[in-house]
Amino acid sequence: MTIRITRRQALVGGAGIALAGAAGIKAPAIAQNAPIRIGGLTTLEGPFATGGQDAYRCVQMELERLNYTAGGRKIEFIRESSNAQADVALARARKLIEQDNVDIILGPLSGAEGIALRDYSRTLTGKSIVNGSSGASDTTLRNPSPNFFRFSTDGTQWMAGLGNHVRKTMNIAEVAIVAGDYAFPYAQVFGFNLEFCRAGGKSTQYWAPLGTTDFSAQIAQINRSSVGALVVVHGGTDGLAFMTQYAQAGGKLPLIGGSIMADATMLSARGPHRSVMMGMVSGGPIADINDDPNWNDFVARYRARWLKEGGFQSPSIHGVNYVTNLQGILAGLEAVRGDLSGNQAAFQKAMSAAKFKNPMGAEVSLDKNRQAISDIFLNRIEERDGRAQTVAFARASQVNQTLGVPEDRFLALGAPSRDNAGCIAG
Amino acid sequence: MSRPAPAIIGSVAALALLVLAPALLLAVLPVNQAQFWTANILGRALVFGIVAMSLTFLATYGGFVSLAQMTVAGIAGYTVAIFVQGAVPTIVGGFGYPAAIALGLAAATVSGALVGAIAVRTRDIYLLMITLALAMGVFRFIETNITWFNGYEGIRNVVGPEMFGLPFRNTYVFYYSALGTAALLYAFVLYLVRSPFGLVLQGIRDNPRRVAALGYDVALHRIASFAVAGFVAGCGGVLATFYNIGISPGSIGLGATVNILIISVVGGLWHPIGAFVGALVFAVFDTFAATIYDRNRFNTLIGVVFLAIVLVSPDGLSGLVRRIAGLLHNTVPTGSRRR
Repeated sequence: MTIRITRRQALVGGAGIALAGAAGIKAPAIAQNAPIRIGGLTTLEGPFATGGQDAYRCVQMELERLNYTAGGRKIEFIRESSNAQADVALARARKLIEQDNVDIILGPLSGAEGIALRDYSRTLTGKSIVNGSSGASDTTLRNPSPNFFRFSTDGTQWMAGLGNHVRKTMNIAEVAIVAGDYAFPYAQVFGFNLEFCRAGGKSTQYWAPLGTTDFSAQIAQINRSSVGALVVVHGGTDGLAFMTQYAQAGGKLPLIGGSIMADATMLSARGPHRSVMMGMVSGGPIADINDDPNWNDFVARYRARWLKEGGFQSPSIHGVNYVTNLQGILAGLEAVRGDLSGNQAAFQKAMSAAKFKNPMGAEVSLDKNRQAISDIFLNRIEERDGRAQTVAFARASQVNQTLGVPEDRFLALGAPSRDNAGCIAG
Repeated sequence: MSRPAPAIIGSVAALALLVLAPALLLAVLPVNQAQFWTANILGRALVFGIVAMSLTFLATYGGFVSLAQMTVAGIAGYTVAIFVQGAVPTIVGGFGYPAAIALGLAAATVSGALVGAIAVRTRDIYLLMITLALAMGVFRFIETNITWFNGYEGIRNVVGPEMFGLPFRNTYVFYYSALGTAALLYAFVLYLVRSPFGLVLQGIRDNPRRVAALGYDVALHRIASFAVAGFVAGCGGVLATFYNIGISPGSIGLGATVNILIISVVGGLWHPIGAFVGALVFAVFDTFAATIYDRNRFNTLIGVVFLAIVLVSPDGLSGLVRRIAGLLHNTVPTGSRRR
């Protein structure tokens, strides 16, 4: 095939490409007394895109409230996006640190990305990575990095109290668990089973890779079994696909949800999944309805700012987690009056010592691995104001990363994985 | 390639430019900007370019458009990660970097030959589909196999060997390793296509029946060309694994597979140089699209740019340069030599 092009076509095409190339080369000027640069990293593509968008909404809202200042210095927020894959998150983090010259990264959103950035943060000096919403337990539990901070709780912590509730209060002896096949659901399943199996329960796990769209084989198997309840630890579009197919297959089991299942990103989506999700019990760091002035104020501000611009009725779990971590950064900056000199040593020390109340009204502080100790809520999905909402009905206070189990014993249980789902009897 | 002299001069000039690139960038950009460009734009482009060149080699000289090259690269990366000391989690471990790299390249060569053997009777769209199926099969296998590949998280902390007492992730160590590897492989491919083997390969591309009638074993040559491409892709895969401090299924998924095809097509499928031209454009846009354009919709910009390139020049950017050079000499090149 031979295509002839005229001289003019070739020149216009060439000029266009040259222009596009030049636009990418511009280098930001580095001034004295420059603003503090915070790089945001979340996923705006892939299964968690809606959660990632909400994370930036909430962060932007908080920074607008503070007029983009902290500790007496201006803050510049630079956004980046990954697609929930570790290598893309790493490439974006490198761009933020090395090209945009940020002082602090706020992110990422998903578990595998968190572990990749934890490893990357170890190679950095004078920079901090503060988690966004990723909740794999190993990010901070095993081999933590001195430059990686997490003010949000991890997936295991989010299940505190749920296993006991299902076994003791709901009196269910056996459950089927469907979960994503990656670090964050491992942590959630581990946390649930830890309590549930110790209280005499029995569980069977069904794993599916992130991005799975067809769950019909799993659902058929579950509907044939004789379990008393179904625990769903999917999120984003995976969760939607699972719940839609479960509803269409006529599923009737009582539902127990993972934390990113019972969330505004799920409840605001339209479809048959909504009918079966009513009454679902879940655990996690947030609930739509929670009687706390902090939360009611946060929700009111969120609605006023974002309801007309694509926001949810209530902020999502990712939005709240990003804001909680942003609060940690801001608390550190306030404590050192915006002084990041000395390779951020003073700033990092201040972050480690930070104590504050997050938007849910939960007390947040860090342990020796720079991992949050905070409050966890038990929620039920109820119809309120004509729509499904999560309502907090119990709170587990000051949950640490080992759910109160002594650390050496908890570590001896091994890292959560598909083969180590935490179901230890007795 | 009837004009070897200008081609060689051009190649040497390009190599000299790339060798001096870190110093040149340092002259025009602030220090850390220059480092970023050296490692994360140029270095990354070289690594992607190596993988894409394995596809360009197959497509240009054999007429086989394979979608399995990123998979083969990933197999090399995973092999290194599985065997090398210090990876987290340790799967086999215990090997030093030289041994692990050798194993990785051997695995890539063998798996390249295997892809060739499986796809040996297919052409055109059927070859595309069977290699895509293989790529997705391997991707799912790796993603769901926790024991060998640690599933979705992949294997991390593969930091690369120390060279001259410096860690591999040092900007210049990484850049010059990538550049050296790319230059050697590029010369190797150019040499190979002029050798009897390469000529037979081009004969197969143009008319496999005639080549068979001359007494050559078409299938064997095909499989061998896939093995060579596997080795080339494997070198890129090992470097990419060191660059990413590890490897996870995302590195070999559908997105990564298609990226390699995009790189090859944008750069031009008429000559191996196209792979590196395409990779450079890809690295620049992949990194800066979100800075130039709306954060939520930067993929649109990437798509539009690539569409524009393919529309303006069907044989890619490197083909466009050739056309402009032809126009200046008042001759219109006849386009790519096949179809």
